Amino acid sequence: MADSTVHLSTDVLVIGAGGAGMSAALAAAERGLRVLLVDRSLIGRGGATVMAQMTVAAALGEEVPDHWEHHLADTLAAGRGLCDETLAGLLCEQGPAAIRQLDSWQVGWARHADGRIRAAQAPGHDRPRCVYVDFLSTGPAVSRTLRTRVQRQSQITRIGDLYVTDLSIGDGEACGAIGFSVADGREVAIAAGAVVLATGGLTRLYRRNSASANMGGDGHALALRAGAELMDMEFVQFFPIGHLAPRLVGMDPIMWDPFRYKLGGRLLNAEMREFMDDYGAPEGARYVVTRDKATYAILKEVQAGRGSPAGGAYLSFQHIPESALREAFGPVIDRLAKNGIDLKTMPVEVAPIAHYHMGGVRADATMETRVPNLFAAGEVVAGANGANRLSGNAITEALVFGRRAGEAAAARVIRNGVRRPPQARGPHADILRAGSGSAATNPASLIARLQDVMTDLVGPFRTGDGLAQALREIAELKADAGELPPERAGPFPLIRIDWFDLRAMLLAAEAIAQAALARGESRGAHQREDHPGLDPGWTVRQGITLRDGALALSRIPMPGGRAAEVA
Amino acid sequence: MMTAIATLIVHRAGKDGPEKVSRYEVPYAPGQSVLDGLRYVRARIDPTLSMRYSCINANSCKECMILIDGTVGYACTTRLQPRDMVLAPLPNKPHLRDLVTEIAPPDERLDHALKGG
Ligand SMILES: Cc1cc2nc3c(=O)[nH]c(=O)nc-3n(C[C@H](O)[C@H](O)[C@H](O)COP(=O)(O)OP(=O)(O)OC[C@H]3O[C@@H](n4cnc5c(N)ncnc54)[C@H](O)[C@@H]3O)c2cc1C
Ligand code: FES
Repeated sequence: MADSTVHLSTDVLVIGAGGAGMSAALAAAERGLRVLLVDRSLIGRGGATVMAQMTVAAALGEEVPDHWEHHLADTLAAGRGLCDETLAGLLCEQGPAAIRQLDSWQVGWARHADGRIRAAQAPGHDRPRCVYVDFLSTGPAVSRTLRTRVQRQSQITRIGDLYVTDLSIGDGEACGAIGFSVADGREVAIAAGAVVLATGGLTRLYRRNSASANMGGDGHALALRAGAELMDMEFVQFFPIGHLAPRLVGMDPIMWDPFRYKLGGRLLNAEMREFMDDYGAPEGARYVVTRDKATYAILKEVQAGRGSPAGGAYLSFQHIPESALREAFGPVIDRLAKNGIDLKTMPVEVAPIAHYHMGGVRADATMETRVPNLFAAGEVVAGANGANRLSGNAITEALVFGRRAGEAAAARVIRNGVRRPPQARGPHADILRAGSGSAATNPASLIARLQDVMTDLVGPFRTGDGLAQALREIAELKADAGELPPERAGPFPLIRIDWFDLRAMLLAAEAIAQAALARGESRGAHQREDHPGLDPGWTVRQGITLRDGALALSRIPMPGGRAAEVA
Repeated sequence: MMTAIATLIVHRAGKDGPEKVSRYEVPYAPGQSVLDGLRYVRARIDPTLSMRYSCINANSCKECMILIDGTVGYACTTRLQPRDMVLAPLPNKPHLRDLVTEIAPPDERLDHALKGG
């Protein structure tokens, strides 16, 4: 059969066009290199960056005096002893420059009348440090700004609707990727001197999540199959006050956070009583409790039978004057009204929702993985946030690490050039070409089953038995999914996309469950009911690799340094 | 008590193709979006149905635009109704499959990159 594969070649291939990928592309292009920026969705629209509605943390020191070391101290404390201090330090130190660069590109940070950039105090930060774009427009503004810069860079070629299914490895080094064009089904093989993986997170693995359809851990699976190491996979962050009821359309379920830190807002149980105090996490008038602790408290209330009707907690702003609501959120109040929500007269229901993943690909300070020429950036990278992420650190991480990865990838290509193009052959390429020709399995329903397994057994509360059962169910689902995608390649085959999604999700899910089963303690976002409390002996990270088709765990000791600040 | 049903009548061909219509019955719950209904169809009834969406809730990706009862709208913000609802691909864009049309900016498509060398 004639090879119908489309071949492309570039200096630096960036996979994923969120905040991290676009930052990486810009950095590599500024070095004069040719960059190919690909995304399975539309450029700048597919991932978490464009959905982020809240804030970005950086020690600008404009709202109040600040220093990046204060930001670092808060980040390390929130990470419960497991942050990679080098990566966390880079995030905090280089964050302000990233924010100012976006400012110079007219992102539109909210400002005081005297011109200072405004900052809010999000939970876990010791002072106001989180900048934003009104009203709830931070992510769209960041995304649009980067997208405009990328469009103006003639060195960058953008291709949307290109689903990457595997990385290409030659002589143990990354040399490109393969995938398919979603619009027409053509296979694509890309040769590159260096590859930046910027595919974002994996919270789609859970039933209730804030993810887009493209956030199912593709990058984690790509990295594993390419020989890279993952780390901290057990730490999935649940956002405590995700919107639960009544059904809200056209608004992201995590939108209540800025309401809380601007206006307060009372978190109540079914008895209409504040309960955070009962869990040793007093809120007082302010909203200061970190995400892991708030998630814990809400779910324990529900378990104790004191949950709201839909199974969460009430969040009430009824005590806030209408004028204050209006001033802080303007048009958002009208959007809520369209959804039948009047904050003056009713509480809403909220519950923890899968939101971010602290774990991911293990990378060094230049963002290179253990596979030479394979770099990673953004949420797909592990380390900076340890066992629990601070509010606002994720976009900073995407911007800072994206830029670093782009620079390092460029430097590598300048030194080594582009290797010979990879052959679009081998078992991975065969999967791309294959198809059962029928739709015997329904991968969309298998994904829903996997989400149930992850939520019920690998969610915020875990037990050894539950995790072992989850691993058995994941193995069953893997068998049900089969080795090859359904149907045949063609225009917009969503059923095939589902199958490739499922393939990645199953591998990522297995990595999370295995790491969670091994960690016999409770720390940050990982809570084991059969191992309550933090065990200082577990102040170690877990790495995970794929060897001969099986996942293998290892322990990565923490480098000496600042004593773990654990709470 | 009878559960209310939303019937989705989905036009799966472009305006030039031979007519191809599928009818799906979806349990109706107040507040749900048309996209919720379509995702139910794909997980429970017919996985071969293709549509396009990314963000599901945030209304930020702008990928889910289709014709709903003859009017252009976002599947993720239009409410599901307990009656017949007619869904069709956008009429003014090249048709790819079922409810999906080509909406990517021309300079972000594979062929454009290939032409550019
Ligand atoms: C709803 C929501 C709100 C948030 N709010 C905040 C906030 O206020 N502040 C904050 O700091 N953080 C927030 N976060 C977290 C933060 O937005 C993310 O961690 C960050 O934007 C990740 O950036 P990224 O570039 O790494 O990934 P993303 O922006 O997710 O981009 C990844 C891209 O990779 C693409 N991709 C994935 N797989 C493939 C593949 N196989 N082939 C090709 N392309 C692929 C995706 O389509 C996507 O476009 C929020 C997250 C969510 C979901
Ligand atoms: S699914 Fe993103 S706008 Fe509708």
